[in-house]
Amino acid sequence: MTDTQSTRPIMQGLGLKQHYSVNQGMMKPKGTVKALDGVNFSVEAGKTLAVVGESGCGKSTLARLLTMIETPTEGALEFDGQDLLKLDKAKRKELRQRIQIIFQNPYGSLNPRKKVGTILEEPLVINTKLSKAERKEKAIALLQKVGLRPEHYDRYPHMFSGGQRQRIAIARGLMMNPKVVVADEPVSALDVSVQAQVLNLMMDLQDELGLAYVFISHDLSVVEHIADEVMVMYLGKVVEYGSTEQIFGNPQHPYTRALLSSTPRIEPEKRIDKIRLTGELPSPLNPPSGCAFHGRCQFANERCSAETPVLTEQSDASTVACFGVDEGRLPYLVSA
Amino acid sequence: MTDHANHLLSVDQLSVAFGTGKRPFTAVDRISYHVDAGEVVGIVGESGSGKSVSSLALMGLIDFPGKVSAEGLSFKGTNLLTLSEKQRRKITGADISMIFQDPMTSLNPAFTVGNQIMEAIEVHQGGTPAERRDKAIDLLRQVGIPAPESRIDNFPHQLSGGMSQRVMIAMAIACDPKLLIADEPTTALDVTIQAQIIELLLKLQREKQMGLILITHDLALVAEAADRVVVMYAGQIVETGPASEIFKAPRHPYTQALMRSLPESASGSDRLQALPGVVPGANDRPSGCLLNPRCPYATERCRTEEPGYIGPEGRQAKCFFPLDDNGRPAA
Repeated sequence: MTDTQSTRPIMQGLGLKQHYSVNQGMMKPKGTVKALDGVNFSVEAGKTLAVVGESGCGKSTLARLLTMIETPTEGALEFDGQDLLKLDKAKRKELRQRIQIIFQNPYGSLNPRKKVGTILEEPLVINTKLSKAERKEKAIALLQKVGLRPEHYDRYPHMFSGGQRQRIAIARGLMMNPKVVVADEPVSALDVSVQAQVLNLMMDLQDELGLAYVFISHDLSVVEHIADEVMVMYLGKVVEYGSTEQIFGNPQHPYTRALLSSTPRIEPEKRIDKIRLTGELPSPLNPPSGCAFHGRCQFANERCSAETPVLTEQSDASTVACFGVDEGRLPYLVSA
Repeated sequence: MTDHANHLLSVDQLSVAFGTGKRPFTAVDRISYHVDAGEVVGIVGESGSGKSVSSLALMGLIDFPGKVSAEGLSFKGTNLLTLSEKQRRKITGADISMIFQDPMTSLNPAFTVGNQIMEAIEVHQGGTPAERRDKAIDLLRQVGIPAPESRIDNFPHQLSGGMSQRVMIAMAIACDPKLLIADEPTTALDVTIQAQIIELLLKLQREKQMGLILITHDLALVAEAADRVVVMYAGQIVETGPASEIFKAPRHPYTQALMRSLPESASGSDRLQALPGVVPGANDRPSGCLLNPRCPYATERCRTEEPGYIGPEGRQAKCFFPLDDNGRPAA
């Protein structure tokens, strides 16, 4: 984050909010789910921003906003210096081709009734005026780039394994020469040995094409490996944001620490003292007052339940939203 | 592994085959292992390795056209193979119980959770309805569900994933089982909830001195929770050993490859050491050692001959050239 002056972010969000109104039943007032509540982020070309959190924290909503599947209730979304939300329709259509998404489940994201070639060419048919032969050439080139063979062009998705399908989904994401790829849990449906193949492929493609990844995951060991920056979310808000070294080397927010300590590790040296989290994620319809995490936090005091903490910059340039960190009363930080 | 009587569960040469044609598909291929009372045994493997099917076979839950065969399958010294369906049912469900992966679909949505727990108690222990209800509330309390008196009348859709899995555990321990089989108990849950559930399972296991079989694809989870580990690949056991040793110095190339492909083992922007290819399916099983097309150390012998188990009792690898402490194959 220190060198933001030198490299301009390819994409950034400012105060993004997405609120949904929900019916709670007849005669009852409408409720509001704050799926995202004021999120700032930025990602540079060739870098990976990981978004981490448990289900319901708003990470998939963020993916839907970034790819303009949904329009945020409030906030600005900048791509290459232009606010995507203020552009006219034609310009927006052009820019949204530069932002692509890869979904979690390659069994659900590929149409079983279409051949791989048709799936890959569909974005070209819609968005470009390329001839049939040119489209085929491009599709085959990308198939080879993701480690598949040209003869796979005429096959159907059911003829492929999970890892190969995810490669097809990646190839489809790259058809429009994107600058930003949003990957929503791209490897969590895959076995470990296949997961490693796909992660390697993603890293190779990033080096080769200078892609920026927004990598959404709940698996912290994957995130530690692939990410440059990490954003930890809880109930629609960012609780900690910093470089991978900062988050994994010196996690400050109790929630980040709890997430890290809950992740099983093979090497005993890498395990840190378990922070026991009691209870579960509160309902986003009826979030707790003050810090959303205070009900599950063993370090919470009265201030935590009354006031809402904001992201404040720490000495190591990471930002944390926690009164305990601000007041310097978290035991693991004091002793360290 | 010949001494059946001393182990809580002992499995000898268990196979499960599907299909009735000329070439039935062997999902589980002659596996042997044992579990002692008060012990946590982790079974790890990728999808298609046969880890779930083998545990379903233990429970007698494989239906036609699946065919289960074994040299020996004994629980507390009783040979399960010679029992009638009815006698076997008395054991499975009460003394051996099982928790499945997805708690949301393993509970019946049409009945309250209390009703479902009480059903298990009624079948195996009887008692009056009031006693059963008290017992169910007590079980819910044991698995850490807040306000069990009111939760008992909830339907599954009113519970979160973690809560549902706690209910499943309550149901599984309702009859004080001697052996609990947990098949991917936390895969569908968030990490912080996963940590809670594993902690709960291990606590109950220690308190009740149960044997626990933990089936998972997550090596790190097994490394933290299990006493002994069984690694499976394509229906066969490829390596067994104490958790502390197996992850320090794997003997089988597959175990080594699995560990190396974890993001945890790579540093910085290094590429992971991925195992090429995929687990062989029904029709493309290679001859010889099943790992040979993917194994970096494979020789001509590996392609033609099937290796046996090499190594001392309790620390074996199904490989001609088991790896040494430095991760190099034996000459």
